[in-house]
Amino acid sequence: MREAVLFFFIVVAGTAGELSVSRAMKGVGEVHDFRPKSILRFVLRSFRLPWMWLGIALMSLAFFSLLAILSFRQVSFVVPVSALSYAAGAFGAKLFLGERISRNRWIGIAMVCLGVTIVWWTRE
Amino acid sequence: MTQTRRLQLKTIPLILISVILGPLGNVFLGKAMKGVGSVSSARILDLVPIASRVLASGYIWLGIVCLLGFFVVHMLLLTWADYSYVQPATSLSYLSIAILSYLVLGEMISPLRWLGVTVICVGVILVGRTSPSTSEAPEHA
Repeated sequence: MREAVLFFFIVVAGTAGELSVSRAMKGVGEVHDFRPKSILRFVLRSFRLPWMWLGIALMSLAFFSLLAILSFRQVSFVVPVSALSYAAGAFGAKLFLGERISRNRWIGIAMVCLGVTIVWWTRE
Repeated sequence: MTQTRRLQLKTIPLILISVILGPLGNVFLGKAMKGVGSVSSARILDLVPIASRVLASGYIWLGIVCLLGFFVVHMLLLTWADYSYVQPATSLSYLSIAILSYLVLGEMISPLRWLGVTVICVGVILVGRTSPSTSEAPEHA
């Protein structure tokens, strides 16, 4: 039960956080210049967007859940299972960012979910 | 040079960097948390001593530095490539996490777990073979 709740936070809060950050970054615009000064300016600009802070809050929740679960489960079990965020990510990108998901991409996501199921069986 | 080709030239090297940094960060976090002991309570009072032990671990900071590097690379990628492309593509890291867990943490990985991780990677490759930006380009997947 404890494990299921923690995985829920890792997958759902983590994905929602990444979607929020992605939304913020699209607001900042494409990066053309990779000099450290420009990158710093670009990071500071992104921190002015509320979506960025929502994303950081959600990703923090996911991060502490990850730490908790890593205290009693193997890294090679926890990280692959958290790949469930693929399915969550695809649905979220479609619903909230209006991204189009091609059929090939859906097939790939289905395979990722199959792989996660197999890894889940190896839980000790 | 086509738009897609230009995007791939800067997208692929950054994806490779994130594929190494992200898993390395998680491996260090795992090493730190195994040293702290099982977190079995969600009460704040119980979490305080655990948190102080976590913060005192050098590995946690090493992990955080790797993950911050990963985060910055990930943000850069997201300014031009769609989330539904970046997330799956960077997640070739599921293969490197298995290798690093075995090498650094000595985790024994059963054949079934290798199979699961491989299936995840095949899924990732299928996803990665589509255009980085799905919002503007017409359907050519």
